[in-house]
This record gives sequence, structure tokens and C-alpha cells, in this order.
Amino acid sequence: MSDQPTSTTGTFRVKRGLAEMLKGGVIMDVVTPEQAKIAEDAGAVSVMALERVPSDIRRDGGVARMSDPALIEGIKATVTIPVMAKARIGHFAEAQVLESLGVDFVDESEVLTPADEAHHIDKWAFTVPFVCGATNLGEALRRISEGAAMIRSKGEAGTGNIVEAVRHLRSILGDIRKIGVADEAELFEWAKRLQAPLPLVQEIARTGELPVPMFCAGGIATPADASLVMQLGAQSVFVGSGIFKSEDPPRMARAIVEATTHFRDPSIIAKVSKGLGEAMKGLEMAQLEVKLADRGW
Amino acid sequence: MLALQGATRPHVEVLSALGADPVEVRTPDDLNVVDALVLPGGESTTMSFLLDSSGLRAPLQARLDDGMPAFGTCAGMILLATEVLDGRPDQESLDAIDITVRRNAFGRQRDSFEADLDVEGLAGGRFHAVFIRAPFVERTGEDVEVLASVSGHPVLCRSGRVLVSSFHPELSDDLRLHQLFLEEMAA
Repeated sequence: MSDQPTSTTGTFRVKRGLAEMLKGGVIMDVVTPEQAKIAEDAGAVSVMALERVPSDIRRDGGVARMSDPALIEGIKATVTIPVMAKARIGHFAEAQVLESLGVDFVDESEVLTPADEAHHIDKWAFTVPFVCGATNLGEALRRISEGAAMIRSKGEAGTGNIVEAVRHLRSILGDIRKIGVADEAELFEWAKRLQAPLPLVQEIARTGELPVPMFCAGGIATPADASLVMQLGAQSVFVGSGIFKSEDPPRMARAIVEATTHFRDPSIIAKVSKGLGEAMKGLEMAQLEVKLADRGW
Repeated sequence: MLALQGATRPHVEVLSALGADPVEVRTPDDLNVVDALVLPGGESTTMSFLLDSSGLRAPLQARLDDGMPAFGTCAGMILLATEVLDGRPDQESLDAIDITVRRNAFGRQRDSFEADLDVEGLAGGRFHAVFIRAPFVERTGEDVEVLASVSGHPVLCRSGRVLVSSFHPELSDDLRLHQLFLEEMAA
């Protein structure tokens, strides 16, 4: 029957496919349906539904967990773009709940308090795609081997400081470039050094890129920050506290969306940056009590 | 290649493999140099916002009205349609092909799927199609030819020099639909 083809859901191709569709876009953290609407109006490709943005999680301390399903459902009902939500590292039961809610992407996130000190979630067991953070290439490849369909450089969430995101992007992309010129014998050593599966290292040597899309998160607070990380090689940006902790969130949101599309055109970055008001107040790395990026193994 | 947002690179790779010379279009100046346009998958609401902020909407509308060949996949199909259901109330379409499209008609990401389609007039067997939060066509105008359907819903349509698909031929390692567009519609 031509009209009723047999179909398969939850394949790696459709998981990675959604990540592909989010490229060149901005994924915004939102804590209410109203914020989700502002994000969609401003051109966000997706929203991350949360109870608190990372800068508030950092300020409040305590254990940070998956958001209330009612909040996630409220946000899902408000927007037409994909909705993401965070589960704790290793907390596969939270991920199961998020999948049952029909969330479009699960972020196994270091911003929440880890639930398992040795194991990440077996992401192959799910229909919903996962994004995971990474500070270096080995971490990225371990997450991909566990089934992640998207990697984001971790940066340092809730700081409004881009320095860690740049460090992580440069580390991941720099190693990819080095693997690109390594010979066959050296790839074994790379796999050992990165503590990553050899076939993934060999794939990088062949293609010159990560096997899944790589986005950037953790510290983006201005249009120029978005341009910087896109020029360094990120394929999209996650903006957490940077939008709704700024003086004029709708304008900041629109400006970062435009900057992400036109990241190579400084005259457009200049235009959208004019009179934006205060960006979020940032934090110096030396002042931090907890480095979220250290979570994950 | 419209490159405001979304899966532009897989299209660029397929078009290059077929001997075309794809150029990324982000501004009205970029649009001036192209003969035909591929509109990729991504978020149609985002691309719609960026069409306005980049000043591309009016010149693009003029080129389409003028008969520029266009191939829209997923979000690209939504942008080219006459009417969009389940979109945002302010979502404006380019009206390049007389169809009504329902956004995310097959459901959310957990319902995204792969399937082999029979495509009308396409030699070489079924086409393996990847559907991501895909739309489908609810209504087709008189001059619109339906080339493939899923459960009775059109997912591949053609009218004049405009081709639209709800799925992502650029993710399938199958060049035939791009080839059809380049050889029969954009030549």
C-alpha cells in the first residue's frame, strides 16, 4: 500500500535530525509560559522549560531537580516550537517522566544536582533525543557513545561569563582538528587519551567533525558573545540566564537571535547591540563556590 | 540556499554533489545572485522572524511571484504555502504554492519517524523519507500535483516550478528529489 508505509520512530536518525533542524538558532531558558511566549516571539528555535534559571539555582543552593510536570505542560501548551527540559545526570527516572510528558529533547544537565556519581543515563533506551554537556572531546564522545544526539559545550552556567564556554569549545574543536591530521596508529593513542571509543575517534578522523551537532551553552549574555562562539565553530547557542536576567528581555532575545544568524557580519552585530540596556550582571570564575562544569564523568 | 536558520548544510552538500553551485542567502544582496532557492527545515517561526528582520521578505516574495524555482522542505514547505494551520496567528506565508499545511501534524518529536515512500513518477524504487515533527498538507489547489502521501495525507507536492516536502530528503543519502528539482524545475 503506497499510502501506508511502515514507519519507525525513535531512530538515531530522527533524533539527530531534530538537532540538525535546531542549527543556527537560539534555545532559551524560560521559567513561565509568559517567558516562553516572549522567547517564541523573538525567534527562539526552542525553549528549555525550567523552574529556575541557572543563576538563581546558583544563588539559592540546595538540590536542584527536574521541573514540576505542570510547569512543563503549561509551557508546552503555550508555544509551537520544540520544548526541552532537564533531568539530573544519571537520573533515568526523571528522563522517563520527561519522555512521557512528550518533551522534545531531554538535557541531561550538570546545572541540576547529579543523581549518580559514576553513570550517565543510557540514552539508547529512549525514544526522546538527549543533549549532554561536555568540557572536552573525551567527555563529548562518551556521551555520544551513551546515545546523546546533540552535544553542547558546558561553559559555566549562570555566570554571564563567556570564558569557560570559549575554553571548552576551543578544547573540543582543537582536538578534532588535531585528530584530523593524525595517522592511523595515532588514533589508538587518541582513543586511550580521551577515554573514548575508538570507532568514534576514527569517524572524527574521517569526517573532521563531531558525529552529532555541537551547540554552545554556559555564559552567553550578549549578541557579540553569540557571534564569538558561532565563529569559533558552535552550530547554535543555548542562552540561560542571559535573556531573562537582562534589562530588556524581549529585545535581548531578538538581538541574540539575529546575531546568531548573521554571526559573521559585524555591522549587523553592531546594529542589534545598540541601546540594548544592561546585560545580566556577570560573575568572575574566581568568585565561584561551585563549578557546575565539573559535574559529569 | 536560504540560510537564516536550520539544516542548511545537508542541502548544500547534496546540491554540490549534483554539480550545482549553492550560495547561502541571508540578505537581499545574497538573493540577487541566485537562480533558484532551497528553503530548508528548521523552525518556521524563527525563519519567518528572520525574513522580516533581515529585510528579505519583500524581495523574496517578488522573486517567487516572478516564478523563481523553489524547493521547500518541512519548515521550508510551511513558508511557501498559501495557508498554515496550527501556526502562530501572525505567521505570514509566501503563497508560492496553493496548499494548506498543518504544522507538527504528525505530532511531537517522539512521533518523528522514518518511512519508505512511493513517489509518483520517480524511477529507482521507494524513497526513504525522514519526518521530524513534520507538517502535512490538508488541502491542495487545482494546479497542485500530489507526488507522495502518508496515511492519505500529501507529503510531497509540486506546482509549476515549486516543489515542497514535509520530510527531509537532505537527510536520506538519496539525491533523487534534489536532482528532480535541479533538472526538471530549476533548469
